[in-house]
Amino acid sequence: MNEFLHVLTDNWTTIWQHFWVTIQLFLIAGVASLVLGTLLTAMRVSPVPALRGFGTTYVLLLRNCPLTLVFALLVFAVPKLDVNIDYFPSACIALTAYTSAFVCEALRAGINTVPVGQAEAARALGMTFGQVLSLIVLPQAFRTVVPPMVSVLNAMLKNTTVAAGFSVAEAGAIQAYLSERGENQIYTILWIMIGFLILVLPLIVMQRRLENRWGVAR
Amino acid sequence: MRITRIAAMAAVATLSLGLAACGKEGTPTPETPGQSGAPAAASDACTSSGATLTPATGVDIAGSPTFAKIKSAGKVVVGVKFDQPNLGYKDASGKRCGFDIEIAQLIASKLGIDPAKIEYKEVASANRETSIKGGEVDYYVGTYSITDKRKADVSFAGPYFIAAQDLLVRKDDTSITGSESLKGKKVCSATGSTPIQRVRDQKLTEDSNIVEFKTYSECVSQLIDKKVDAVTTDDAILKGYAAQNPSMLKVVGKPFTDPATGKAYPEKYGIGLSHDDKALRDFVNASLEAAEKDGTWQKIYDGTLGKSGSSATIPPLEKY
Repeated sequence: MNEFLHVLTDNWTTIWQHFWVTIQLFLIAGVASLVLGTLLTAMRVSPVPALRGFGTTYVLLLRNCPLTLVFALLVFAVPKLDVNIDYFPSACIALTAYTSAFVCEALRAGINTVPVGQAEAARALGMTFGQVLSLIVLPQAFRTVVPPMVSVLNAMLKNTTVAAGFSVAEAGAIQAYLSERGENQIYTILWIMIGFLILVLPLIVMQRRLENRWGVAR
Repeated sequence: MRITRIAAMAAVATLSLGLAACGKEGTPTPETPGQSGAPAAASDACTSSGATLTPATGVDIAGSPTFAKIKSAGKVVVGVKFDQPNLGYKDASGKRCGFDIEIAQLIASKLGIDPAKIEYKEVASANRETSIKGGEVDYYVGTYSITDKRKADVSFAGPYFIAAQDLLVRKDDTSITGSESLKGKKVCSATGSTPIQRVRDQKLTEDSNIVEFKTYSECVSQLIDKKVDAVTTDDAILKGYAAQNPSMLKVVGKPFTDPATGKAYPEKYGIGLSHDDKALRDFVNASLEAAEKDGTWQKIYDGTLGKSGSSATIPPLEKY
């Protein structure tokens, strides 16, 4: 037990610094993929065929592409064109590009739960497509997809560990550091698991709150 | 190179069209050196040093559980690296070569196993203790530094080589002359490795300029693409890369020193063995000693690491 605690206390700075980068990645990519995912959803239900096609193709490709490949493209292929993106922004872009496809799909499922008569009624009142979507459809869609959306964000939180392989010093790299210092691997990994549990807790609380507040009575 | 570049352009063009990010041929395989940017050097193909390694006969090591396992299996499982040219390397045809590989073959032959019967297992640095403790490998030879902390988990025969921390830079770069000239430069090494922890702890460059990848070959690829300015780790590893791509890369040749004592940091490469197998450790130490005396060690060195122009002295064994 003593050794278990020492793995944390002796390496506190390393562990905290790495988890702080994980939190930054999560917050930036989380907000960005919610925004991009919502835009993609709007494209997929828009009346413009070109936009619909773009949205569908984007989701098809990104949702079925391993995240590691998205990272590798940005970090190893793009520099060949003399385009230099730093590692942390690259990680944010890769996570956002990947996660927004899942956000889009979750949200589209929510849109399908909004009765079509609502949109028709809104149009009959003279609302534009943008108004129908932002005032009538999306607010209701968001309410119904709270649980799957939190699952998408939860998965993204864990996906941030892929960035450790692409020069972002986040929680996924802690194990390499502590192993080099000769720390017990079982204890190290247990502490990383505990760290992720602590990070997931706010997400769970947020899900409960939102479900209570936004619960739709139908 | 040209094809890689065109494929990369195609992949990026696809991305910018929103047809997005599945790299396909455009994404270089990170672990394969020489593919992502470096013109494939002729030295990529593996050649052996030519040292003769005849399997010993009638070997028995009393009280060694690892040896009993090796003997009943008729083969030996050795943990190695695969991406360190001239040290632990696997070429495109699957052939293995390098200083560490031949040391591993030397030990196998002394154990009475034909080097051709070695089963190589590629074990990443972070997993070395685990794989030795779990018995997945019988011994490990791969730039494995002897440290007291590791000795709590595994035991070491050797050292069979002593390396020092150095820098690999682009050939036309004259601004980096040693560890004190790294300020403002991007420095790359393996994630969490001792060399990069040293750069960070001694503030040799800014934290934002520290770059970490899983493998050194990824660092070298980034160095060639000018995304980083220097790669740091043991000089043995760096000289291997410089020898592989001498038209683009060079080793600075000034070992890092401890600011407190002014001495270099010796990295004593040992052969990782099961913690409690003292009988095998004594045997491996005796085997190394014999190979050092009869010139086999020197022959292996000259035919592998020695090709990069660096000389080396045989380090004294640390038996325990």
